[in-house]
Amino acid sequence: MQLADILASLFPDGHSIKADHGLLYGFAPLASGQQALVVGVSDRTAVGIDQASTLSRHILDDHSGTGPILVIVDSDSQKMSKRDELLGLNEFLAHLAKCLIFADLHGRPTIGILYGHSAAGAFLATALATRVLVALPGAEPAVMDLASMSKVTKLSIEVLQEKAKTTAIFAPGLDNLAKTGAVHFIWNEQESLASQLAALLADLPGSDDKRDLLGVERHGRTKAAEIAERVYAIARES
Amino acid sequence: MSVSTNTAPQATGARQVSWYEASARTRVSQLLDESSFKEFLGPQEREMSPNLKSFDLPEQFDDGMIVGRGLIKRMPVFVAAQEGRFMGGAFGEVHGAKLTGLLRASRDIGSIPVLILFDTGGVRLQEANAGELAIAEIMRAVIEARIAGVSVIGLIGGRAGCYGGGGLIAGCCSALAVSEQGRISVSGPEVIETNRGVEEFDSKDRALVWRTMGGKHRRLIGGTDAFVDDTIEDFRETALSLLADTRPFTLQTLHEEQARLEWRIQQFGTSADAIDIWRSMGVDDAAAIPEMTYAQFTAAAQKIRRPNHAAR
Repeated sequence: MQLADILASLFPDGHSIKADHGLLYGFAPLASGQQALVVGVSDRTAVGIDQASTLSRHILDDHSGTGPILVIVDSDSQKMSKRDELLGLNEFLAHLAKCLIFADLHGRPTIGILYGHSAAGAFLATALATRVLVALPGAEPAVMDLASMSKVTKLSIEVLQEKAKTTAIFAPGLDNLAKTGAVHFIWNEQESLASQLAALLADLPGSDDKRDLLGVERHGRTKAAEIAERVYAIARES
Repeated sequence: MSVSTNTAPQATGARQVSWYEASARTRVSQLLDESSFKEFLGPQEREMSPNLKSFDLPEQFDDGMIVGRGLIKRMPVFVAAQEGRFMGGAFGEVHGAKLTGLLRASRDIGSIPVLILFDTGGVRLQEANAGELAIAEIMRAVIEARIAGVSVIGLIGGRAGCYGGGGLIAGCCSALAVSEQGRISVSGPEVIETNRGVEEFDSKDRALVWRTMGGKHRRLIGGTDAFVDDTIEDFRETALSLLADTRPFTLQTLHEEQARLEWRIQQFGTSADAIDIWRSMGVDDAAAIPEMTYAQFTAAAQKIRRPNHAAR
């Protein structure tokens, strides 16, 4: 789905969202009567220090807002450059994630909507820093592409593709990320996105991070929840 | 004179060893008061990665992550330490979940701080999706713990540095202590070179790597709260002082961090190299920074004017 069609279907009552150099920002009224803050990344834009600080600025500027925050994403990975690392890209990406998670835990639920690509550090600072991540069919999340993975693991792409048939744990793709628990829901693009968003907001999961349990339920990431729970229990008793 | 029972000469001597050279287990045992560490889900439990076997890779009984509880000058702390010599300290499913569980416990207890001894190249590619998601869960758990009033302190000075998602987790911590050897970066040198070419970043130019990502530069631009000497003793003393200086994590913190990061882009956004940044900060002999000893560097660093770097 194209961005304009997605926004039209999400916000039938109109919106003020603009794309500027691959960054999305604006507001939209929701069926509930609330106003959503919308930020995001479009056109597979890489997220560097300038992009991250612009997005976090938008979120902080709206600190008196009360509606949910939607994070709409079609990004590249983090911007890979000398300048970005020189100036501390890790701090900028972490800051953006902190702004989103802080808002979520203070009454402004965050919903990620992944409609294209996202990867690595950009994925962590945007879509994966929301309470609920929704994807549209055709979204292509990836931690690392198979070609780069083949280089590091010294295994051929064919071997990796063969392995990927039996596990969701490493290969890119929406199905794999959903199975591990990263993506909560895949929406139906044939139906109104506004009504699917309204249904989600009306029955919103709590702010507790349950992605590890989703991974168990979907048989994509079977061990993380148990390990975290065991360490938690021992630490509480220690 | 200290009456502490844990500053016996023997223990102090053992703490003079290099943090960079030490294993994760040595770091933990020497960082903490003698014999105070109790490991959770230790190697005897053999909770290994379920995902390495199919790649014919060796497993490790602790999956390269040690978590537990101990005392530092008799103050209880939770500790998590990555072993950079196993899979480059990379985050896999079990490795990451141990830290997630520890952070969630600290959040719910509310009074025991967490020390994270980073030593990581980022996501473990053989279990990339699980590793990436583990990092997302850890970032959220760090922030939940901080909102609950718990300090989460990062200590960085290991062989693998603190790369990829490790850098993002570090950026979520209440405070960081970094040694000269402690590189912090999202994209590693080889990754930048592979994607953008050797003209953008020459990963074989070690001096370039150190001055762009190393501890001295991070200290000068405000990417870390403290710069420490490469000994376990100094990491211990610095961790103690950072633990004593905790601030609440509020909306105000985020506004101040936004301001300091925007200021950094404004001031240094057009600088081509770390040396240009140091020079414009007013460092007298900027080109000499990489060669300076710990004492020379801390003296030089204290002289420069810098804005409030505390907000993070």
